[in-house]
Amino acid sequence: MMLQGENILKQYHHKGGVINALDHVSFTVEKGDFVTVTGPSGSGKSTLLLSIFGLIRLSSGTIVFDGRRIDNINDRQLTAIRKISVGYILQGFALIPYLTTIQNVMIPLALEKVPGKEQVKRASEILDYVGLADRMEHLPGELSAGQQQRVAIARSIVHRPKIIMADEPTGNLDPSLSLEILDFLKKINQENNITIMMVTHSPVAAEYGTRKLHLNDGRIIKS
Amino acid sequence: MTISKLVFIELWKRKSQLITGLLAITLGIAVIVAIQSVSVVSEQNVARNLDNLGANILVLPQGASIDDYYTSDIDAPTLPMDYVERILNSTIAGVDNMSPKLTRRVKVGDQSVVLTGILPKSEIASKPLWQTSGLTGAQLTTACAPNKTANISHGLEDEKLKRKAIDTLYSDDCLAGSQVANRLKLRVNGRINIMGKEFKVVKILPETGTVDDDRVFANLKDVQKLLKIENQVSAIEIMGCCNAISEGLLSQLRNILPDTRVTTIGQIVSTQIETNHLMKKVTLVMLIIIFFVGGISIGNYIWANVNERKREIGMLRMMGADRSAIYKMFLLKALILGVAGGILGYLSGTLAGVVLGPYLAGIIVKPVFIYLLWSVLFSVAIALAGSLFPTYLAARFDPHTNLQED
Ligand SMILES: Nc1ncnc2c1ncn2[C@@H]1O[C@H](COP(=O)(O)OP(=O)(O)OP(=O)(O)O)[C@@H](O)[C@H]1O
Ligand SMILES: [Mg+2]
Repeated sequence: MMLQGENILKQYHHKGGVINALDHVSFTVEKGDFVTVTGPSGSGKSTLLLSIFGLIRLSSGTIVFDGRRIDNINDRQLTAIRKISVGYILQGFALIPYLTTIQNVMIPLALEKVPGKEQVKRASEILDYVGLADRMEHLPGELSAGQQQRVAIARSIVHRPKIIMADEPTGNLDPSLSLEILDFLKKINQENNITIMMVTHSPVAAEYGTRKLHLNDGRIIKS
Repeated sequence: MTISKLVFIELWKRKSQLITGLLAITLGIAVIVAIQSVSVVSEQNVARNLDNLGANILVLPQGASIDDYYTSDIDAPTLPMDYVERILNSTIAGVDNMSPKLTRRVKVGDQSVVLTGILPKSEIASKPLWQTSGLTGAQLTTACAPNKTANISHGLEDEKLKRKAIDTLYSDDCLAGSQVANRLKLRVNGRINIMGKEFKVVKILPETGTVDDDRVFANLKDVQKLLKIENQVSAIEIMGCCNAISEGLLSQLRNILPDTRVTTIGQIVSTQIETNHLMKKVTLVMLIIIFFVGGISIGNYIWANVNERKREIGMLRMMGADRSAIYKMFLLKALILGVAGGILGYLSGTLAGVVLGPYLAGIIVKPVFIYLLWSVLFSVAIALAGSLFPTYLAARFDPHTNLQED
């Protein structure tokens, strides 16, 4: 068992009262799983995805990753786990606008203080893998939406994470590009045995899941 | 890729923002460097000019300053030449020699030179070296109108002595300072036309490093006629006996010379030193103002930059950049801004001093290299102080709130 959440509670306090964005959610993920998280808008999907490795701090509940409790560790330790073991892909590509494709992909390696030459080597390999070998010196603004998302994917896997957390990675793409990206994620999942947890709206995307979580109003109703 | 490299790339890609961010700090430092370079030289320079004067008492028109005397503008006040007679005919004791002078800035072709009318004999006689070094009052006692031999026995075989050893300066002859000679390409026995009158250059004076280098000396009578200021002089340089000065020579002179300013060079120097002290205080106040204005302006720039890059900060935090990386990002940027602001401020301030010094203060200003160090240190301190708070806030941003698309 790679990742386990138990009784996860995330409350937002409002003038109008308290919102339980995550209402005692429990789940487990095995190594190599392709987990899809579905549910209506506002059901807590993003909150779940981002809270697991501390981008959102939980109100209560436990999370165990690789046999270690991570819900009660400090920011610095969580940051270190994200740096080494997690890759994120977001709906809005989230590339740094003034850096070239290859520089964007090198960021996770830079944070791990990988030597420059090796950064270039590994980033080029990954960009080749995602089919962007000829776009390495382009700025994000000079790439199409599908290409930008492939750069984001390259960036999320370049440091060989154990798990990829994707929040609607195809949300901004048209259906055919979406399939391309989904196939790609599946390939990464199968070829490299990298666990994937993907939030999605789309029933088609949800079909890629080997394990499916369905959220409604902050509660898991199907898994 | 490293965080530092990221900082440099971001700076480079947004150069225009950089310039506005730097403006306040650069201007502030430039002003201080300019003022400092001018005032540091002015002190030395007044001393050197007065040293070269060779007299220890200066009679100037009322309201004229020593600067007026040196810049010699066209409307600089004058005093009647009769005053020389008046001193001679008085019973005042202790005036060893006098040298009336009329100086005016004139155009020769498109060049500006200072034309100085002198009376040759008396000029020489009142030009002994009256001191061994420096300009403090104490040393005045070493030479109360010493003669040439006395000077040489003091080991003062100075260019000034050689230069002043001119027995005659005939009408139509002139002496040229070394810089003037250079600029106008004058040669001995060459000609120079000043305001329609031809002068023969009888001698080119050796370089002294003072305003004299920029002067043409001619007979006082000629100069008065040429400038149509007959019977008027700009100043009377007096060699007074030191004992007499301490016994009230100055006030005696004041009594018989109405509408004049009679000062010893010691007074002039101390006035200049007082002015410089005042400038130092003004500079200190400015330093404090610039610290705050510059700091706030840089802080404001960094804060705008932080806000513009919220999403980027969120992404970096998401990818595992810790808070110290965010500190590094913005403080390194501030450091670079500080260094750049210091260097630019130093360069523009020095340039302003060098270019404007001669016009504003009649002074040749040289770059003071140690100010570069101070400028950079000060500027870096301002930049870091101003950026600390915005950076602290940036590092504390909640990563996820900045990840969503806006
Ligand atoms: N910062 C916040 N402050 C208050 N409430 C919040 C905040 N962020 C999210 N919420 C609330 O928490 C709930 C879950 O939000 P979340 O973003 O996880 O939904 P989601 O399932 O990802 O929706 P979508 O499919 O639209 O992205 C929503 O009701 C939302 O209003
Ligand atoms: Mg969402």
